[in-house]
Amino acid sequence: MTDEQRVLYRLQACPFCERVVRVLDEYGVDYESRFVEPLHSERDVVKRVSGSRTVPVLVDPETGATLTESDNIVEYVETYYGGE
Amino acid sequence: MDLGFPVVELPSHDAPAEGDGAPDFVRPLVNDEYWVDTALSSLVPSVVVFYPMNGSFPATYIWDEVEERGWDERSNVVGVTASTPYSHARFLDDRDLGARLFSDPSNSVARDWGIANDLDGMEGVEEPRPAVFAVDADMTVEYAWVADEYPEFPPYDEVEEAVF
Repeated sequence: MTDEQRVLYRLQACPFCERVVRVLDEYGVDYESRFVEPLHSERDVVKRVSGSRTVPVLVDPETGATLTESDNIVEYVETYYGGE
Repeated sequence: MDLGFPVVELPSHDAPAEGDGAPDFVRPLVNDEYWVDTALSSLVPSVVVFYPMNGSFPATYIWDEVEERGWDERSNVVGVTASTPYSHARFLDDRDLGARLFSDPSNSVARDWGIANDLDGMEGVEEPRPAVFAVDADMTVEYAWVADEYPEFPPYDEVEEAVF
């Protein structure tokens, strides 16, 4: 494990973000929530991190992965953290 | 302030004094890009500025002064008030300010610090009274000022002498 924190960029009440949160919680994966603003134009930090302004984005220092799109993130979490 | 009539005095407060421990808290801390739950103790040493909610003229005046004096460039400056994270994000958008702002809509941080101001004529709304604390790396209060009148502004020169 690294000391660096796993980070989830999310938007309040965004269903795709909540879906990811549910899966992270299900597998006991801890993360820091960073909330961004609804306007895409106000999301430079997300663009800098992931290359696009969409959320959710999961940045996982444990694997070096930066993931976008909830489908991808859920699949990643299940694959990497879902096993015994 | 000399207005030719008595200014409203605020009731006595129960704020930590110099040498006391600063009550720690966790609240969403807003920077110009996002907000994240943050403990005050993870940011010390800091200058902690409690102020009336965004949109009020004291909020504007206090942060204009902090910005003009460059406190945010000389120290870790954080603000605390009852405004939402969204309001803080807009407030920071409008300014060139290196400070970050804690969002405390329940005002319970101000209550813990003994400086809540229950607003007359705004039922159910409270906010911090203006107050400035310098908190050192051990969470000890090195300097404290709390408003006794309404309105009252921080003694900026005194803060600078004590802190910088």
